Amino acid sequence: MIFRPTDEAQVVEVVTWACGDGVPLEVVGAGSKRALGRPVSCDHVLDLAALTGVTLYEPAELVLSARAGTPVVEIEAQLEQHQQLLAFEPGDWGPLLGAPAGAQTIGGVIACNLAGPRRVAAGAARDHFLGVRAVNGRGEAFKSGGRVVKNVTGYELCKPLAGSYGTLAAMTSVTVKVLPAPQQTLTLAWFGLADVAALRRLTTALNSPVEISGAAHLPASIAVRSSVAPVAAAGGAVTLVRLEGFAPSVAHRADTLSALFGGAQRWDRALSRTLWAEIRDVGVFCGDSTPTVWRLSVPPAAGATVVGAVVARLGADVPAYYDWGGGLIWLAVPGTLADAGAAAVRAALTECGGHATLIRAPEPIRATVDVFQPQAPALAALAGRVKDSFDPRHILNPGRMVPGW
Amino acid sequence: MEMPKPDAAIIQRRSEIVNALAAIVPGNGVIAGSDALRVFESDGLTAYRQVPLVAVLPSTTEQVSQVLRYCHEIGAKVVPRGAGTSLSGGALPLADGVLLVLSRLNRILDVDWDNRCVVAQPGVTNLGITAAVAHRGFYYAPDPSSQIACTVGGNIAENSGGVHCLKYGLTTNNVLGIEMVLIDGSVVRLGGRHLDSEGYDLLGLMTGSEGLLGVVTEVTLRILPRPATARALLIGFSSNEAGGDCVGAIIAAGIIPGGMEMMDRLAIAAAEDFIQAGYPLDVESLLIVELDGCAAEVDHLAAMVEGIARAKGAVSVRASASEEERLRFWAGRKAAFPAVGRISPDYYCMDGTIPRGQLPYVLSRMAAMSRACGLRVANVFHAGDGNLHPLILYDANEPGALTAAEAFGADILKLCVDVGGVLTGEHGVGVEKRDLMTYQFAALDLVQQQRVKCAFDPQGLLNPGKMFPELHRCAELGQFHVRAGQIRFPDIPRF
Repeated sequence: MIFRPTDEAQVVEVVTWACGDGVPLEVVGAGSKRALGRPVSCDHVLDLAALTGVTLYEPAELVLSARAGTPVVEIEAQLEQHQQLLAFEPGDWGPLLGAPAGAQTIGGVIACNLAGPRRVAAGAARDHFLGVRAVNGRGEAFKSGGRVVKNVTGYELCKPLAGSYGTLAAMTSVTVKVLPAPQQTLTLAWFGLADVAALRRLTTALNSPVEISGAAHLPASIAVRSSVAPVAAAGGAVTLVRLEGFAPSVAHRADTLSALFGGAQRWDRALSRTLWAEIRDVGVFCGDSTPTVWRLSVPPAAGATVVGAVVARLGADVPAYYDWGGGLIWLAVPGTLADAGAAAVRAALTECGGHATLIRAPEPIRATVDVFQPQAPALAALAGRVKDSFDPRHILNPGRMVPGW
Repeated sequence: MEMPKPDAAIIQRRSEIVNALAAIVPGNGVIAGSDALRVFESDGLTAYRQVPLVAVLPSTTEQVSQVLRYCHEIGAKVVPRGAGTSLSGGALPLADGVLLVLSRLNRILDVDWDNRCVVAQPGVTNLGITAAVAHRGFYYAPDPSSQIACTVGGNIAENSGGVHCLKYGLTTNNVLGIEMVLIDGSVVRLGGRHLDSEGYDLLGLMTGSEGLLGVVTEVTLRILPRPATARALLIGFSSNEAGGDCVGAIIAAGIIPGGMEMMDRLAIAAAEDFIQAGYPLDVESLLIVELDGCAAEVDHLAAMVEGIARAKGAVSVRASASEEERLRFWAGRKAAFPAVGRISPDYYCMDGTIPRGQLPYVLSRMAAMSRACGLRVANVFHAGDGNLHPLILYDANEPGALTAAEAFGADILKLCVDVGGVLTGEHGVGVEKRDLMTYQFAALDLVQQQRVKCAFDPQGLLNPGKMFPELHRCAELGQFHVRAGQIRFPDIPRF
């Protein structure tokens, strides 16, 4: 059965019943990322998509509250009217995961702790998540945080809820920090650099005082797949830096970087928008030809080494690209591998640290391979106790992140 | 403020405990003499004092682990302490508690330029991080006023802020990883040199947990390239309302200054008298707006801010003409607390946060409360993010004055909650605001927090008596009161 509550009291009622009878619930918003994570098999669905509406938006206070099921496009439309945005730049993985674009909810974005290319400058969803109302696995409604940025009153329960994939509590309402939208955006593009040289350049740029809000490298095998004309037409690798801010500042910073690295092509605001959206939404892997997609978060300077190690183990047919100055790697592996390449991908991380998530794979694979990075025993045990502290009977999205809970 | 009842059995075993700790931390790692222990009797909140059972100063993670494992085995309470600069009594010792002092873990372990981070032990000072990377143009962004003394381990415990967190975030936005020891002695690593940690964000949960969940033994902090240039504007207003309006207008124009501070007349006068920062003395309210970035950006924004300020009725606007002058503008603000200390025998520093737009109302209410209770109040304010620091002036030698100051302070914090804000923006709950928690949180909100505490520390041995007004046993919190039965909810849409 699908329960679609229309207010928090109804969420409490459903979860209280489920907890009492020990009935697991799959917690979903719009369902755009339902194919992400280990498969959850529940007879019942707690669908939060009817909890909609922006309940507070004060542009001068840089704060917005919305019910968890509010579509992100609706929130972004309201923000745009006041030249503001969600600075963590959440991507839309719907099309990557075989769902429609533009459907995802603000609760879903936070539950998956999304972050776009601006992560290097502005952080992830968790950094902008100020307050929450949620129902834990006992059916108890609670709140944490508030509507102000500076707040250390009690434990920050918002943080573990962000990125918990609905396994700790069903969020009913969230409050986020919003920021002014940049007046100007400009992308600098360099061509033909090998991965190591490209990441070197991005590191130099990120280590300079030129504030950068996007630092990506698309190797030749990726660039050719791009739907952004000048990228696809480059005929080789493309290395990209995004500058945002007030117009005089952007122009000045662009000159500084050009002087540092030699002439770059300059791409305007409209082109930048399409380009960085494709990087953010993993557009190049949205087709069917690459069924298995990994997302690696690594120390930025280790990016090229990690990809090199995966290629060495799996062969050359592993298209990959870098965001976050090398700290984020999107990588597709052939669909023929029994473990979806997990052993090779994770082995590449042992030295430098970081983690790998199997973002897209057929359901049987996700049921057997660790979708999320396995944790050291003491940490895994602690995480399990934290899960129990919210959801002792494992009612909410059981098995989504870790087998057994 | 009532602390948990000391455990007589533990106090009776004191000499045995001292010996056991000395075996774990040989040399002079244990302090047990009553005079020597007096140094630790309070932190930055000096109104509360308690000599600890014993203090232990480990030098390695392994020693921290052994100390905690031992305390866990015998059921002894543990209070972690960094530099002891907490303003909320977070490091207040317990009579039956081992004080775990992390100050000997004071080495910088690695500076990783390419990944823009520093790996350090928790006893390194906040400013020590910046000092280690300044020669190559980097800095560590969170800058609490106590940054010369406070440790990065303490910064994580308190999620410390500072004057630049509107643009650069709090500690939680600038920490990439930690190593910590749980009460049972197990060592856990969270995060690393990558940008987001995997699994549940326990790093975010640990940050600001006030030493109740685990003991941090190593930190990995994000460092930033220092902006090419920075300029501070001093803007005077003839009313607090006008100053508050100007803050809102700057933000509405899409500007996020590096820092935006506000001081009221009493605070301005005290700071100017102390530091001679060049503050105007004929204004009711003073804004310091710092703009940073490339020269073109700073020029552009300084002109915009000056225009906004004039339009909002500023009576004086002055931009720093040199780096020395910029630092002097800040020196006044950063010395505001000791400056106020010079005009009053004692002061009590509060730390609520409010939605920015409520500032004029809150200031006028505070003025009325001040008149009613007869205690003066000076205000410094992180205007950009709504974090208020009212300083209540009193004389502890006057009978009842401390109680009156505390009551006034509690009323201010309740007012902050009433207007949509919170009890504490950066100083922490500690013992100070512990009993006000029920004003901001409902019973179930606090129960969920305490259940999380149980996941880390089921016996409640780490820093008890802080943060939570009532201590519940974990077994009690874990009980079920379930209502098994059939589906009752007739009104819920289902398919």
